[in-house]
Amino acid sequence: MHEASVTEALVKLALEEALSRDALRVTAIGLVVGETTGYMGESLEFYFRNFSKGTILEGASLNIAYVKPKIKCPNCSLVFERKKFTFECPACGTPGEMTGIGNEFYIDTMDIETGER
Amino acid sequence: MNERISVKRAVYEENDRRAAVLHQGFAAKDVFVVNILGGPGAGKTSSLKQIIARLKGRPVSVIEGDIASDIDTQALRALGIDAYQIETGGDCHLNAPMMEAIVARMDIKPGSWLFIENIGNLVCPAEFVIGEDIKLLVSSTAEGADKPYKYPAAFQRAAAVILTKKDIAPYVHFDEAYFRAGVRALNPSAPVFLVDALSGDGFDEVASWLSGLRT
Repeated sequence: MHEASVTEALVKLALEEALSRDALRVTAIGLVVGETTGYMGESLEFYFRNFSKGTILEGASLNIAYVKPKIKCPNCSLVFERKKFTFECPACGTPGEMTGIGNEFYIDTMDIETGER
Repeated sequence: MNERISVKRAVYEENDRRAAVLHQGFAAKDVFVVNILGGPGAGKTSSLKQIIARLKGRPVSVIEGDIASDIDTQALRALGIDAYQIETGGDCHLNAPMMEAIVARMDIKPGSWLFIENIGNLVCPAEFVIGEDIKLLVSSTAEGADKPYKYPAAFQRAAAVILTKKDIAPYVHFDEAYFRAGVRALNPSAPVFLVDALSGDGFDEVASWLSGLRT
């Protein structure tokens, strides 16, 4: 259920961007999702199909690029991917700190069709 | 013609912009806004009652967010607290437009505290700013010590963590060290306050920490 309103916001933003570029149709959206958000791709796609119906986004594919959360060790400076249920550095065992990588949620690209109406 | 355009726009862009305007409005009136996050039953309302009882000298108002019902708002009003209800009708978090609507019909006093109890959920409330100065996260021993590991975004963005249900921690085999290690990794500067919202144990520290944020 968490994905419903964020997908609504996603559709609104994509439509705004498409109209500002005089797009007739959008065929694909490249979305970047950091895994810290906890959003499920299947749910985003499900709601996207619903909310995009009857708009120039209808039928567009939602291409999701996931970003694994990255953690930095304050002791040995190793940057590593987070494993479930631990934040410890795999090299020296020190608890790592979040880097902000993995928090992403943005539209990277859109494939649009333009031309005479 | 087909082309790929570069967009690079955050999905939360509009919400963030409207929340920034709300925050400016609060700051202009010296209103300090606390956005309270936590799962259902973590003890958000009970903690809020204990905190408010200890904040002296400044007016307080509360916005209660719920999917349905105004049970918490009624309970706060019964204590003489100026409380308002947002019923989202299904949405699992509060957002800036909902806040704009309720703030327009509130009389928020200059210099006051405004506490907003978000919907009981640790996922998307972490992603939506609503004009707050800080997020306060309420997590209970009964929920288990793995919550920071399962809901990193909420713990990452909290200014402090209130760990409730201290009294039952031994019965639910709560691993406090594991919990604290998770919070420290996500958010090294956030204090963790171990409290019991039934007796009020631990809330003096919470109130004095909060008061210290205002000069």
